[in-house]
Amino acid sequence: MRPFTYQRVATAAEAAAAVAGNPAAKFLAGGTNLLDLMKLEIERPAHLVDVQDIEGLNAIEQTGDGGLRIGALVSNTALAADERVRRDYGVLTRAIVAGASGQLRNKATTAGNLLQRTRCPYFYDPNLPCNKRNPGSGCAALEGYSRQLAVIGTSDKCIATYPGDMAIALRVLDATVETVQPDGTERTIPFGEFHRLPGDAPEKDNVLAHGELITAVTLPRPIGGEHVYHKVRDRASYAFALVSVAAVIQPDGTGRVAFGGVAHKPWRVEAAEAAMPQGAAAVTAQVFADARPTEHNAFKLPLATRALAGVLAEAKG
Amino acid sequence: MAFNTTRRAMLAGSGAAVALTQAPGAHAQSTGAGGGTPPSSMPVSFTVNGTAAELELDTRVTLLDALREHLELTGTKKGCDHGQCGACTVMVNGTRINSCLSLAVQHQGDEITTIEGLGTPEDLHPMQAAFVKHDGYQCGYCTPGQICSAVATLAEIRAGIPSHVQGDITAAPVFNAAELRERMSGNICRCGAYSNIVEAITEVANSDLGAA
Ligand SMILES: Cc1cc2nc3c(=O)[nH]c(=O)nc-3n(C[C@H](O)[C@H](O)[C@H](O)COP(=O)(O)OP(=O)(O)OC[C@H]3O[C@@H](n4cnc5c(N)ncnc54)[C@H](O)[C@@H]3O)c2cc1C
Ligand code: SF4
Repeated sequence: MRPFTYQRVATAAEAAAAVAGNPAAKFLAGGTNLLDLMKLEIERPAHLVDVQDIEGLNAIEQTGDGGLRIGALVSNTALAADERVRRDYGVLTRAIVAGASGQLRNKATTAGNLLQRTRCPYFYDPNLPCNKRNPGSGCAALEGYSRQLAVIGTSDKCIATYPGDMAIALRVLDATVETVQPDGTERTIPFGEFHRLPGDAPEKDNVLAHGELITAVTLPRPIGGEHVYHKVRDRASYAFALVSVAAVIQPDGTGRVAFGGVAHKPWRVEAAEAAMPQGAAAVTAQVFADARPTEHNAFKLPLATRALAGVLAEAKG
Repeated sequence: MAFNTTRRAMLAGSGAAVALTQAPGAHAQSTGAGGGTPPSSMPVSFTVNGTAAELELDTRVTLLDALREHLELTGTKKGCDHGQCGACTVMVNGTRINSCLSLAVQHQGDEITTIEGLGTPEDLHPMQAAFVKHDGYQCGYCTPGQICSAVATLAEIRAGIPSHVQGDITAAPVFNAAELRERMSGNICRCGAYSNIVEAITEVANSDLGAA
């Protein structure tokens, strides 16, 4: 690990200013992703701004319009266990408990979870080219082993996936991300616009500016329905998704669905949701119409259809 | 064309790989190519098993290394050092975490419990006694992490923390083998002593939680 200086801050504005003023600084929350990557020297911050003491970021509160505001520091365990989340936003609890391990969820925070970096094996191997780790160096995955990687929304610079589970549920729930920018002003980012596609700049996972601090994730008022999260993975627990499905299905068969493990961001095509009452294949035909899988990961397309079929069957009861 | 690796990139890359295989002591000296930030140290104090500890540590020292190398509490084990195996599991303020993925300086003022704090050879914690009775190990390397994790798992069930295998996510969780396997999945046992581990934890759970 490269040496770094360490600082704790008491307010969001102080945190944003401390990172914004230093191009080599990063926020530190639970540390479960950042420290992992620092040990491998994939992340090399020279200064860490620990946000754990910031007042008011560790609560889940009711909003004026009947939704919930989840502070950036709320742990994955606390969020999954919240009674209101379990009752009204079950897909979110389901997605969180399908990820990582009990130990990791105790330390992982809401903001840190959204910002976890890809699990592309070449991103983790400093001997091989990777445009995300080292912009302009090339992409070892394009002609490498791409079983886990993306099937849609890829570019000729990067075919990595966003690896997380929680964000797939937040996408289906139409969450928004609240931030404090380096100049102290706040902004609200709709969840669908938060994570980026790789395009020509795969080193940028999301739309945050350097020094922009996430303060909360907000859920709109509950929409009812059956909440389901299905995660297909290589072992029964403690593995990243090959394909995952987050869905909220209403009694009349209409609903919403987002997919994980298939793209550089949670993948949702709202227009395809009109086909929900016609069944899984009708939906995925539209959701994955522009898919460009590799020979190693083409299996993800039929898998996504079958996973959604399973979700629809479960929602019917 | 995907592999337009330059010679410089290859050299830089293999340099990083070499750094990874160096001893922790050697790491402390590496400032990285291009003259990065010099090593920085800070005071940190926390309580370990009820005893106050005051240390001056390089910011890079993990909670795991602080316990093992600086406080000589070597019961907590270093397995993968990347949060994947659970051998380093300890409890911080009553909650289990991977001590390898946490910096010591993040734990100013915290109360830490390690395997040494659960019980002693003369006065074993019920979970330690159950692992001995049921032979919940072979080589024993993962055992301190398994035991800390098991104690915390029962507390999490009591506290109503939901799990992936729960049928009704709004209901209070119950104790059974499926729940246990899911909740303990962050602790890997390379010898495969899982069935005895399940038996050991089940015995404690039955007296602890009064569950069937
Ligand atoms: C072995 C293993 C298995 C895992 N399995 C899964 C899995 O199956 N599913 C899954 O979803 N996840 C999984 N994870 C990932 C885990 O969920 C993340 O590591 C965790 O959520 C990160 O949260 P953190 O608070 O520790 O983030 P940190 O590591 O502290 O931070 C991550 C990033 O977020 C930035 N950051 C943190 N807080 C803020 C903020 N408020 N504003 C702006 N930037 C911020 C940091 O600068 C850093 O870049 C796994 C991790 C491990 C180690
Ligand atoms: S797919 Fe993306 S993350 Fe993986 S090697 Fe290519 S550029 Fe790097």
